[in-house]
Amino acid sequence: MQNSELKASVVLSGITKRYDKEKIVAVDNVSLSVSKGELFGLIGPDGAGKTSIFRILTTLLLPDGGTATVEGYDVVKDYKIIRGKVGYMPGRFSLYQDLTVEENLNFFATVFGTTIDENYDLIKDIYVQIEQFKNRRAGKLSGGMKQKLALCCALIHKPSALFLDEPTTGVDAVSRKEFWEMLKRLKQQGITIMVSTPYMDEATLCDRIALIQSGKILTVDTPPAIVKSFHGKLFAVKSEAMYKLMNDLRAYQYIRSCFAFGDYHHLLFKDDIADYTWDVLNYLKGKGHNEVEIKSVSPSIEDCFISMAEAEKIEV
Amino acid sequence: MNVPVIKSEKLTKRFGDFIAANELTFEVQTGEIFGFLGANGAGKTTAMRMLCGLSIPSSGKATVAGFDIYQETEKIKKNIGYMSQKFSLYEDLTVMENIRFYAGIYGLTDAEIKEKSEQLVDRLGLHDSAKKLVRSLPLGWKQKLSFLVAIIHQPKIVFLDEPTSGVDPVARRQFWDLIYRATDQGITAFVTTHYMDESEYCNRVSIMVDGNIRALDSPANLKKHFSASSMDEVFHGLAREAKRTAEI
Repeated sequence: MQNSELKASVVLSGITKRYDKEKIVAVDNVSLSVSKGELFGLIGPDGAGKTSIFRILTTLLLPDGGTATVEGYDVVKDYKIIRGKVGYMPGRFSLYQDLTVEENLNFFATVFGTTIDENYDLIKDIYVQIEQFKNRRAGKLSGGMKQKLALCCALIHKPSALFLDEPTTGVDAVSRKEFWEMLKRLKQQGITIMVSTPYMDEATLCDRIALIQSGKILTVDTPPAIVKSFHGKLFAVKSEAMYKLMNDLRAYQYIRSCFAFGDYHHLLFKDDIADYTWDVLNYLKGKGHNEVEIKSVSPSIEDCFISMAEAEKIEV
Repeated sequence: MNVPVIKSEKLTKRFGDFIAANELTFEVQTGEIFGFLGANGAGKTTAMRMLCGLSIPSSGKATVAGFDIYQETEKIKKNIGYMSQKFSLYEDLTVMENIRFYAGIYGLTDAEIKEKSEQLVDRLGLHDSAKKLVRSLPLGWKQKLSFLVAIIHQPKIVFLDEPTSGVDPVARRQFWDLIYRATDQGITAFVTTHYMDESEYCNRVSIMVDGNIRALDSPANLKKHFSASSMDEVFHGLAREAKRTAEI
């Protein structure tokens, strides 16, 4: 325990945050720790509490309960020290729109008492991609370029821990992939990275992830371990009429759940002991489905999320 | 059944010497779920704005719901629905007030408004929340409500601009159930999304690259044609050809 605490970069212990006169619990007793040099993902939909957690860790918001440390410093008492040690890229673009690319970068370097030259190595990979626009105002950049500039500004003082709040939201699938490539390279430089995303497919790109919904952590582990802990045997089904297939499957007595998953529907049976494949095929045939295919598949992180979120709801 | 609700022929929009949308030729059939994909900056928004009667094309022809996009933009606006993640409902109005407001704007009579709003609240199971401010609803509910409000006037086609971004996986799927149900009733859905699994739920998908429609077919045929195992692969293969995304 002692050892793992020494290696931890971020530690949350029972962190709680309420809004609207205590009525809304945005973050509900969250405990987790992120190791030094780890690429850690906070995965969950809008309203899960991701931004509140990031704002607490970057000392911009006071928690109502619990404690948290970043690089060993307390987020409440030692906020001044933490601010010099973390880089933060908020979900909403918050650089100065009226300053040029270069002016923004210079500004952030100066505020942190450094220069662009001093830490240029760290941002070089990313900055060269936007350097040809260095005299353009930040407000006139495309979404992808804004994102790269914001990342450069968050890195220019060589932070030990980097907090990226939904850097890929609303970004197309290709740019998202590029962004994750950049993160991988930053990780190699030893920076601890905590990143949030609503895209479940990005979970597998992290060392470890926390699945979060309605302020509560559903699980914290490596993506393969989460997939391994999935309860039940998952099947994928398709036929010619996918919408009808969904309705028919949901009406079938042995089915626990059925959700659309790309070109297949994923389904779970109420128990995993018997093999229902044959019964399902017959049932669907009787319902007039053609070209039915059913196969056993291994779950994705999204399957795990749905299953855990549903279980949580039942408990409540 | 095979009546095109959108008919576009060489639809083009230029801004100076920049061609945002280049000779778009395609048809969308009544009752279809049509996926409109493309990387950021590929020209999707420009094309959508023209089809919604909000931007006059530089050249080319198109009709939406049977109306000409040069001459009859006001008629188009009355016959389409529109919903996006960014703008949908008024947060400071209650659920009921939002429904009444939109229904009123679309010219429904008081009797129709009463009937429709009861139906809608019933369908969403929102009885307890009907008098609550929309702001207090979970995002998933807001999205569902804003979709149903967007089709409250039974438009021929509804444009959905990234309707599900940020929504949790369960709510995202419930949202698609609503789309299926609406198209079952003959409303056509024109959808953009960054979730590639959702493109599989469309009857046909078009993919824009640098202002051009580079591919248009059913997901199954696209995968076959590009020898890809998923729509994600198809999309990446095509979007990587893009040259201009970095500059806009």
